[in-house]
Amino acid sequence: MDWLAEFPSLGKRDLRDLKKGIDGSFREWSRSNGDAIEAFFDPLYFFLVWLEKLLIATPWPIILIIVAGLAYIGSRSWKLALGSVVSFMLIGYFGMWKDMMATISLISVSTLICIAVGIPIGILMSRYDRVQSAITPILDLMQTIPIFVYLLPVVMLLGIGRVPGLIAVCVYAIPPIIRLTNLGIRLVDKEILEAADAFGSSYRQKLFSVQIPLALPNIFAGVNQTIMMALAMVVIASMIGVKGLGMPVLQAVQNQYLTLGLMNGLAIVALAIIFDRVSQRYGQRLQAHRYGKEHE
Amino acid sequence: MSKTKLKIENLYKIFGPRGKSFIDSVKNGMSKQELLDNHSHVLGLNDINLDIPEQRIQVIMGLSGSGKSTLIRHINRLIEPTAGAITVDDEDILSMSQLQLREFRRKKTSMVFQKFALLPHKTVAQNVAYGLTIQGEQESIAKEKSHKWIESVGLSGFEERYPAQLSGGMQQRVGLARALATDAPILLMDEAFSALDPLIRTDMQNILLELQKDLHKTIIFITHDLDEALRIGDNIAILRDGKIIQKGDPQQIIMKPADDYISDFIKDINRGKVIEVKSIMQKGSSEGASLDSSCSLEDALKVLNNEKNKECSVVDDKGKKIGKVTLDAAIGALFREKASKNKEKYK
Repeated sequence: MDWLAEFPSLGKRDLRDLKKGIDGSFREWSRSNGDAIEAFFDPLYFFLVWLEKLLIATPWPIILIIVAGLAYIGSRSWKLALGSVVSFMLIGYFGMWKDMMATISLISVSTLICIAVGIPIGILMSRYDRVQSAITPILDLMQTIPIFVYLLPVVMLLGIGRVPGLIAVCVYAIPPIIRLTNLGIRLVDKEILEAADAFGSSYRQKLFSVQIPLALPNIFAGVNQTIMMALAMVVIASMIGVKGLGMPVLQAVQNQYLTLGLMNGLAIVALAIIFDRVSQRYGQRLQAHRYGKEHE
Repeated sequence: MSKTKLKIENLYKIFGPRGKSFIDSVKNGMSKQELLDNHSHVLGLNDINLDIPEQRIQVIMGLSGSGKSTLIRHINRLIEPTAGAITVDDEDILSMSQLQLREFRRKKTSMVFQKFALLPHKTVAQNVAYGLTIQGEQESIAKEKSHKWIESVGLSGFEERYPAQLSGGMQQRVGLARALATDAPILLMDEAFSALDPLIRTDMQNILLELQKDLHKTIIFITHDLDEALRIGDNIAILRDGKIIQKGDPQQIIMKPADDYISDFIKDINRGKVIEVKSIMQKGSSEGASLDSSCSLEDALKVLNNEKNKECSVVDDKGKKIGKVTLDAAIGALFREKASKNKEKYK
């Protein structure tokens, strides 16, 4: 009865050969194609570096003015704008200015990429049920697979540095914007779509003048989630050489520097709160028409 | 009788994934219930034949589930029929390509919806101009036209408001203005006033009738409200279980209900107000006062009672004598003889 007690498996030797085979061929493939793939991502790398350098080179008062301006434009709240400026000043005062600029440039670029890639995918999903049923499981996979598992092949292909970090952040952060774009468009009132059809709208006209505007609050909730998830990835991304607020946290974990970890951790939290509140307020203002409020 | 604008012939709609395969059995007399029980398909429309005259208001009346909203959506092909033919100005709607259909919807038809279906993120002015905007009309022209229609439905000064800021009645005025703004000759109104409270509804009916005097559009008006149907309809078709069970002008329907269902339907109406003397007119002429042929019974009774002979002559709208009417006939018409006989049969 031995065969009942032990689950029938492939056998140690076969299994080892299988793993070795796959590892070997992937390594070979990445060696021969790694350069080409790296070259493909070069523009991204240059843009990232350029933005980071720009942010660091810009005099800090100008950055503060821009931060206050953006926060106010997004939220229409003086309190939030003031709070953002104070947070930035505190973070800078405690010596984390450069790291913060690096993190902000990473978050901005990854959010832009997620929006540029995610919204069109979401639109396609909302239009074709087949696309939806093909992409949904991929999104499920992206959201549940342990991050280190896909970090590994990315590092094997591209080495360590900003670009693989950026890709890892994007893989982790893109699902919400895709899902919420799809959902938002599908939730648009059927009767309004029928009216648009009855007046002879083309698909394009319906998409841009009815579906997307009405889905905007949801799409924006997706953008907000994407920013939050990108921020959450900052520490993990630092493991593969991404500079920023995550790096000191990692050092702190490895060397038991309690204060260093706490300071940088709190800086990340402050950034997260600012991004979240400003983008949420902005999203709420997008649906002002639903409550019969005056528009600006 | 004016020219036929829109012709619906042998129209069938079976809802369900394999609707087409049951069309023959339905044509051979399979009932709605049978189709549902044995094949889980729903018979939406069953052999609809209707000629809709130009520049008139055609009411399609029925209770919920009778298929009236399905029928109106066939006219601009928001719903595709299972079998049958629809022609507008002798043009076959069903053979149109998507592009032709879009053009048809833009230029020939416009629609008003029960729940208004306004674009909540656009202002009143933008909503009214919507049809023109998607036709690629110049902004200044669209603005000018939409302004004109906003004025004609009495919403001047609300151009920059959003739909959520308006009451239901006002929202439907926007819906009406939006439909009129494209100058389409056919106006489809799907229970357009049903969601409004009675006073506002009467208001809207007045606005529609007033506008129709100048516009002379071909209007297809869906309602479940008999009073509304009698009030605004030049012709009425009554729908039940996807079948037209009677069509005719309001007088025909009240005076000669086709079956028990319809006589039951009309039993609560105020006959004195609705029936016109032309419906009870006899041949011959009388010495008494003249009554207009579209005069209501209620008004006629007063005049008749004052006459010595208890009879009046009836004149058409040009003042020509076309018959006479007696007090007895008028009183008789107030009671529903046929309906009461039918009551017996009911039991």
